[in-house]
Amino acid sequence: MSLYQLSKVLYVLNRDDAAKRLWHTEPASLLDGYDLTDEERAALLEHDIGMLYVLGVNGQILMHFAALCGIAWADYIRLMREGVEKYGPVRAGLYAMTTQFNEKVAGV
Amino acid sequence: MSLVYCGVCSHAPGITSRSDMADPALRDPFYAALENQRQEIMATRPDALMIVAAEHFANFFMNNMPAYAIGMGESYTGPIEDPDWLKVPLRTAKGNPDLGRRLVAEMLETVDVAYAEEWQFDHGISVPLHFLDPNNELTIIPVNINCQGPPLTPLHRAWTFGEAIRRAADSVPERIALVCTGGISHWPATPDSGKINEAWDREFITRWEANDRAAMLSYTDAETYRDAGQGGFEIRTFITAAAAGGGKGDVQFFAPIPIFAVGCTVGRMEIV
Repeated sequence: MSLYQLSKVLYVLNRDDAAKRLWHTEPASLLDGYDLTDEERAALLEHDIGMLYVLGVNGQILMHFAALCGIAWADYIRLMREGVEKYGPVRAGLYAMTTQFNEKVAGV
Repeated sequence: MSLVYCGVCSHAPGITSRSDMADPALRDPFYAALENQRQEIMATRPDALMIVAAEHFANFFMNNMPAYAIGMGESYTGPIEDPDWLKVPLRTAKGNPDLGRRLVAEMLETVDVAYAEEWQFDHGISVPLHFLDPNNELTIIPVNINCQGPPLTPLHRAWTFGEAIRRAADSVPERIALVCTGGISHWPATPDSGKINEAWDREFITRWEANDRAAMLSYTDAETYRDAGQGGFEIRTFITAAAAGGGKGDVQFFAPIPIFAVGCTVGRMEIV
């Protein structure tokens, strides 16, 4: 597991326009610069918000990654919940889920 | 000359990005309170606005994370988020490197603050500025407290940091306004987004309005995480404002607005 490297990809994507352009044209080549596990790499390439959340990515940069992928707010919340349901509890970091699967705190 | 304004406000991205999803009966009084805060700030004729945020990995990351940072740039751009997503237009805000340098130099007497000549504003600064400086008129000195990547600065150091801001503001000829932004309890950017511990917030507000230093500094991070979520770590910005102002607080607006993911707050701290 290399949560730091995984998070670093999202940090760079969040602030670097050249990285964003590369992500849209050759996402796999952008990831070649990072020491990622196969699971982490696949989660990024497949826009698997649920898996990225469970791996422990900080929600702030995950939220921006979801927006970059064109995922609407309500879907972002849903995908994190589905990720916990599918892959189990959040494995690291501060952004664990404390509510129930069917609990829509803010109505979404 | 001196610190001329001291206040706090919320900065959650939902405040602008999910504006159309909020109940107008809650949203509009909150926006009105921010407009009132803008008028209060402008009435003090500030030469610069120091805005203390708890940023979210826009500039500072775990490769080199300062506990405290201050901007000394010529200008700053933001929001770093997609402006269409945040619903805040991109702006280039004026900085003041000379003023920043003098503030940092004074603060270094008691706090080891980092400085940055490059800084991209994220929602922590861009959302408050959208309301408090809509015409992009003010000179901005951005300030950051790491509330995202533990280990975090202890609360008593956030107090010392606020004292250092006050001392620095009083040491320069310019008129300095200070706004510290953050949440009280919240669980942002998680499936819990919208969860708000109103009782905990109201207790914190009571301590903040009384400027009860001991009571504000008595929270452990474990307690805050349990009761107020990871967003609760941003009480550091409120504590900084309390230390900088030194008087009594007045929370002019507080209401949980779940779709904004935070108990929305506007307040001012008396400067004594």
